[in-house]
Amino acid sequence: DQVLHIVPETLQQVQHLQLLCSTLTLDLWKPLLPEDIRAGEDLHIRVPAPLVQDVKDTLDQHMISYRVLIYDVQKLVDQSMPRERSSHRQVSGGYVYTEYHPMEEIYQWMTQIQKNNSELVTQHFLGKTFENRTMYYLQISQPSNKPKKIIWMDCGIHAREWISPAFCQWFVKEILQNYKTDPKISRFLQNLDLYVLPVLNIDGYIYSWEIDRLWRKSRSPYENGTCYGTDLNRNFNSSWGSVGISFNCSSDIFCGSGPESEPETKAVAQFIESKKSDILCYLTMHSYGQLILTPYGSTTKPPSNNEELMQVAKEAAAALKGKYGTSYKVGSTALILYNNSGSSRDWVHTIGIPLSYTFELRDTGDYGFLLPTNQIQPTCEETM
Amino acid sequence: ELPLSHFSAARAAAVAVGYLRYLRGGPGRGLELRELRRARRQDIDGVGHKYYLELELEDVLDKDRTVNCTAEVLYRLGSKTSAPDVQVTVQGELRSTEEAEQEFYNRIRSLEKELVAENIPDSHGNVPPELEPIHLLAWVASGYLIWQNSTENTKFHLAQVKHVKQVKRSDEDLQFDYVLLLHEMVSQEVLPWEVTVLWHPQRGARVSQS
Repeated sequence: DQVLHIVPETLQQVQHLQLLCSTLTLDLWKPLLPEDIRAGEDLHIRVPAPLVQDVKDTLDQHMISYRVLIYDVQKLVDQSMPRERSSHRQVSGGYVYTEYHPMEEIYQWMTQIQKNNSELVTQHFLGKTFENRTMYYLQISQPSNKPKKIIWMDCGIHAREWISPAFCQWFVKEILQNYKTDPKISRFLQNLDLYVLPVLNIDGYIYSWEIDRLWRKSRSPYENGTCYGTDLNRNFNSSWGSVGISFNCSSDIFCGSGPESEPETKAVAQFIESKKSDILCYLTMHSYGQLILTPYGSTTKPPSNNEELMQVAKEAAAALKGKYGTSYKVGSTALILYNNSGSSRDWVHTIGIPLSYTFELRDTGDYGFLLPTNQIQPTCEETM
Repeated sequence: ELPLSHFSAARAAAVAVGYLRYLRGGPGRGLELRELRRARRQDIDGVGHKYYLELELEDVLDKDRTVNCTAEVLYRLGSKTSAPDVQVTVQGELRSTEEAEQEFYNRIRSLEKELVAENIPDSHGNVPPELEPIHLLAWVASGYLIWQNSTENTKFHLAQVKHVKQVKRSDEDLQFDYVLLLHEMVSQEVLPWEVTVLWHPQRGARVSQS
């Protein structure tokens, strides 16, 4: 939207401007009413963006001179308003964990976290995305002379599920803030290393901030650039391309040109493969649905350790519910949700990692992907 | 009898909730599914699949109370073009919304310029309080769309109100033209739908696909 400054010179011009303002119901900033427009006096009108060109054309046609007072009203509004902060702040070293953060800030946060907690945290290169951005994971590891098993957690494999990267960041903060004082956490870290990948699908995440909030996939082009993106959670090598997918690149469940065709998938798969004998548990965070999902998606045949998988999941759901009463359902994807193949969780289980879970965080559909920021804290707290 | 966590029960419940939102929702009332209490499926030869559900619902504006409801959802065989048949019985009373809805009606009627808004909720999940009734009216409209367009292989939710525009009328109804984004869980697609809602405090909502 633009604001134009006009000084009408003749009665004819005044009449034309009055007609223009009332026909297009333009927003008069000065004077307030069309009937108060006078020759020789300042006129300020705000013109909505789609009408700007037309209005300027008609002014030119009637030889009415004008100048642009404000080129972008929205920008001015944004600049003049302080960024809203939620009233229940969770701030650790200045970082607000109860807000969603763009990728730039998440990169900075990772650097800071390592810097402030260098005795425990190291940032590692995992790979590069299609658009050549660097994927980093954080390793939280207490120095010790005994070898430790690994728990891996990744977030943000689907761009629009913003609560997921928010949870990964919260999780890291909670561990680092409490490991010295919380006996459960300190015992944990004596025996286990935590590897956290805060955003797996970085290109998609950025795209959901800048262009399309409801984008899901990666941003690799197909069919000569006529469509973009692979569903990274259909791109892993677990019954790839068999069920619950599409071979059409414009589909939101497009599984790519082959298993691990996408650099993001490859980066994660390669790393997990290399560490598989040490990984005890694989967690991948999504939204929404309030579910803890076990293998498999491609078949209802239960995995070999199904009893153990289910028991641990049920205990997790019960603990989660104990916090704020939030109900999570537990079971295999094929039974609870739908059929799908190529998911990271299924692949990880097939290569021998015993505990493998997909979390679908809040909510159950009323806000869906657009989970309000005031739910970040309770969601993260209960999921801890 | 179906395990409550099975996806077919969840999908039928979503249809029932959509239908309920359409029937009983309004700018002052938004119904949410608190819990699916029971689900049973009956395969009727030559007709289709019928789901018998017991639901526990809550009003988003009155979360401490819940209301029980039974629903029957019949998906007809081989019918891709007709909506599932739904019957619902709400047990007990829903909180009265007369005052709030009358106030909303008066407020909109007295607007000089027609209301226009977009992206509800916004990217961060926020809904400005004055737009909450418009948001809840979108639930009524999306409830209608979800009921009309669901099959056993789909599960729809309203992802976002992309755009809403009030259209002033010479009669006493309020008219809102919405562009709604619906998220379909199985295909993961987000689809835009244009829908018009007429609303009046006594006459309730009438929804038509544009």
